Amino acid sequence: MHSVVCIKQVPDSAQIRVHPVTNTIMRQGVPAIINPYDLFALEQALRLKDRFGGTVTVVTMGPPQAEVALRKALSFGADEAILVSDRAFAGADTLATSCALASTIRQIRKNMPVDIVFTGKQTIDGDTAQVGPGIARRLDLQLLTYVSRILEVDHGARQIRVERRAEGGVQVLRTALPCLITMLEGTNEMRFGTMADMFRAARAELKVWDRLAAGIEDPSLVGLKGSPTVVGKVFAPKPRALRAEMIETATQEPKDLAVTLLAKLFTQHPRIERELARRAV
Amino acid sequence: MAEKFDAIVVGAGPAGNAAAYTLAKGGLKVLQLERGEYPGSKNVQGAILYSDALERIIANFRDDAPLERHLIEQRVWILDDESYVGTTYRSAQFNQPPYNRYTIIRAHFDKWFSSRVQQAGALVICETTVNELLLDGKRVVGVRTDRQGGDIYADVVILADGVNSLLARKAGFHPEIKSKDVALAVKEIHFLPQETIESRFNIGEDEGVVIEMAGKISQGMMGTGFLYTNKESITLGIGCMLSDFKCQRTTPYALLEKMKAHPAIRPLIEGGEMKEYAAHLIPEGGYDAVPPIYGEGWLIAGDAGMFVNGLHREGSNLAMTTGQTAARTVLDLAAAGKPFSAKNLARYRERLDDSFVMKDLKKYRRAPEIFHDNSQFFTTYPELLNRAAHTLIRVDGVDKKTKEREIRRNFVARRSAWGLIGDAFKMWRAFE
Ligand SMILES: Cc1cc2nc3c(=O)[nH]c(=O)nc-3n(C[C@H](O)[C@H](O)[C@H](O)COP(=O)(O)OP(=O)(O)OC[C@H]3O[C@@H](n4cnc5c(N)ncnc54)[C@H](O)[C@@H]3O)c2cc1C
Ligand SMILES: Cc1cc2nc3c(=O)[nH]c(=O)nc-3n(C[C@H](O)[C@H](O)[C@H](O)COP(=O)(O)OP(=O)(O)OC[C@H]3O[C@@H](n4cnc5c(N)ncnc54)[C@H](O)[C@@H]3O)c2cc1C
Repeated sequence: MHSVVCIKQVPDSAQIRVHPVTNTIMRQGVPAIINPYDLFALEQALRLKDRFGGTVTVVTMGPPQAEVALRKALSFGADEAILVSDRAFAGADTLATSCALASTIRQIRKNMPVDIVFTGKQTIDGDTAQVGPGIARRLDLQLLTYVSRILEVDHGARQIRVERRAEGGVQVLRTALPCLITMLEGTNEMRFGTMADMFRAARAELKVWDRLAAGIEDPSLVGLKGSPTVVGKVFAPKPRALRAEMIETATQEPKDLAVTLLAKLFTQHPRIERELARRAV
Repeated sequence: MAEKFDAIVVGAGPAGNAAAYTLAKGGLKVLQLERGEYPGSKNVQGAILYSDALERIIANFRDDAPLERHLIEQRVWILDDESYVGTTYRSAQFNQPPYNRYTIIRAHFDKWFSSRVQQAGALVICETTVNELLLDGKRVVGVRTDRQGGDIYADVVILADGVNSLLARKAGFHPEIKSKDVALAVKEIHFLPQETIESRFNIGEDEGVVIEMAGKISQGMMGTGFLYTNKESITLGIGCMLSDFKCQRTTPYALLEKMKAHPAIRPLIEGGEMKEYAAHLIPEGGYDAVPPIYGEGWLIAGDAGMFVNGLHREGSNLAMTTGQTAARTVLDLAAAGKPFSAKNLARYRERLDDSFVMKDLKKYRRAPEIFHDNSQFFTTYPELLNRAAHTLIRVDGVDKKTKEREIRRNFVARRSAWGLIGDAFKMWRAFE
């Protein structure tokens, strides 16, 4: 079983500030973290390895500093790490990013066939959720988005069965391997690596692939040149003035207060009332 | 197979980094363990960096260390509820490189220091907590971390795990720290545009100001407040003895809120965006509270060994110097092929006794006790001083002689003549 997990190093958006005058994002001093959604993908891949054995390769496209993210992934238990880094990749949009990552994975599978490519659901900085599907399309992989659980992997039949969050419910899907899975958040919890993994991660020599090593002959397919997206304007939205509503009650009895609040809730969300009524029966 | 190193350093604060850097430069196989996500992630400091201690470890630190501003002005304020009397020392000499003191942000600084430690060849592993020391009889032979397969062995272990060293306590090297020997400090960082800071404090680019504060802001407890200017932010905080917090039943947060509302302080942080709030202990027990700092196969450096000069708000420099001294002691023994026995490691304490570290702690030996037992220094005097200033400066038709008499009467009424003399004597003993 060989999984490739794509991870992206992102600025910790909880600590980001927008410059009050220029409206640009102030990245200076903001710690870089692994895109939180990608950790669910990595943990899922590690669980498959626990069950079936095999290899987990992590890949990131980014500047040299992204090495930190890869080392962290190794410390969780990933086996191999590849940093795809080249000045030619700078300024990539989702199209160029998908292109570069797809080509990288093509190179990886020359050495070892890949069964599943994992990505996060989306990133917390770009938020587009386009890179996963973009890679799947280019590698002609079956695409499973918003996966919440892997139910079964049948190596003999080269099949996989998963649960997928869909609007209003859960779908159970079966498809053929190899496939690409974009993993939903909250579906697992990242493990605490062993001491041996910590040592291995701290000492590992990381593979750094430039454009050619990643198998990209045509430089106009990647980076700014390969990116048709034009950012027209960046601005910080005005915070909405959320106002709390004061509800007057006749008495201070907890029961009366609760009844008043529930009545208010039910008029705005009749579904909740119906659901509660149904369960009460 | 468990891993084995020449030396393990626990903690990646200034003490641990100084120790690991020195050991690695000296050619030993060093492992440094830090429980935080990255070095600096758990560290709280005002913070002023004193160049001298770091210069002795990394001479060219100014080339790439993340320094905020060099300090050109020091203010000392004694605050009453609505006023303060103070002094300012500003000197063009402080504007001559190499600068003597800088403001830093510990999260950035510790990360930088750690990168130097790694370049020097030490293996640094974060997000890993040392839970206990591995003992062979009385001798420390390694550490046990919180990870699976977490036992790691070494010939010597340097504990630089900060104030209230749990490891040393667990191993029985020293008793639990007393609440009268630690201060609890809280601080906040307020972000402001660089230009605003520079105009508010009358400073140029890269220049900085420190304000040290005492008086009513500590509400009768033994403690002080501080405000430092960083590049694009202001750090301010206050710390008081933990034992005082206990009896007064005030929270540090309430203290800081009140301090921020003081009419002299509020305008300085006006419009700032508060980004960070942190609380941390400072070991301020002084000379007599320094625990045993060496034994069979182990040494203690930094806050873990009570190496803080509370009166001068020096801590990180003592941490670096003790870390470096511990490492040098180890290197000397290693070079001579001698074992890391308590007898041989005693040289560490001797070296510290000969350095500014122990000499300074000894000089202020009595200060903690005196201030602790005499809260008038934090209540009555600030009030009297401020009233005196007010009386003298206010022009209201009362002649100066009468004013002076009134001031004197106020002092005697509040403290009595003998009280005043006694207080002067105590003050002198504290600083003698
Ligand atoms: C409004 C907007 C403005 C932008 N501005 C700029 C800009 O100014 N400069 C600039 O350089 N780029 C810019 N970008 C590009 C963007 O930041 C990303 O580099 C790229 O588009 C990836 O898209 P995403 O972050 O939305 O990833 P998503 O499609 O949301 O990511 C899905 C998954 O794909 C994987 N993945 C994504 N990126 C990588 C990667 N690099 N390596 C490995 N795996 C990855 C991860 O598993 C991730 O969970 C902008 C994008 C948008 C939408
Ligand atoms: C509010 C405040 C303001 C201050 N201002 C100044 C100032 O302006 N100038 C100055 O010089 N000093 C100042 N100090 C004091 C200074 O911060 C300390 O003296 C200094 O940080 C001590 O360094 P250290 O390396 O001994 O400990 P620390 O900096 O506390 O580092 C200890 C490290 O060990 C790690 N650790 C602890 N236990 C374990 C474990 N079991 N396993 C693994 N890792 C562990 C911790 O995570 C931490 O990173 C201030 C302190 C405070 C609280």
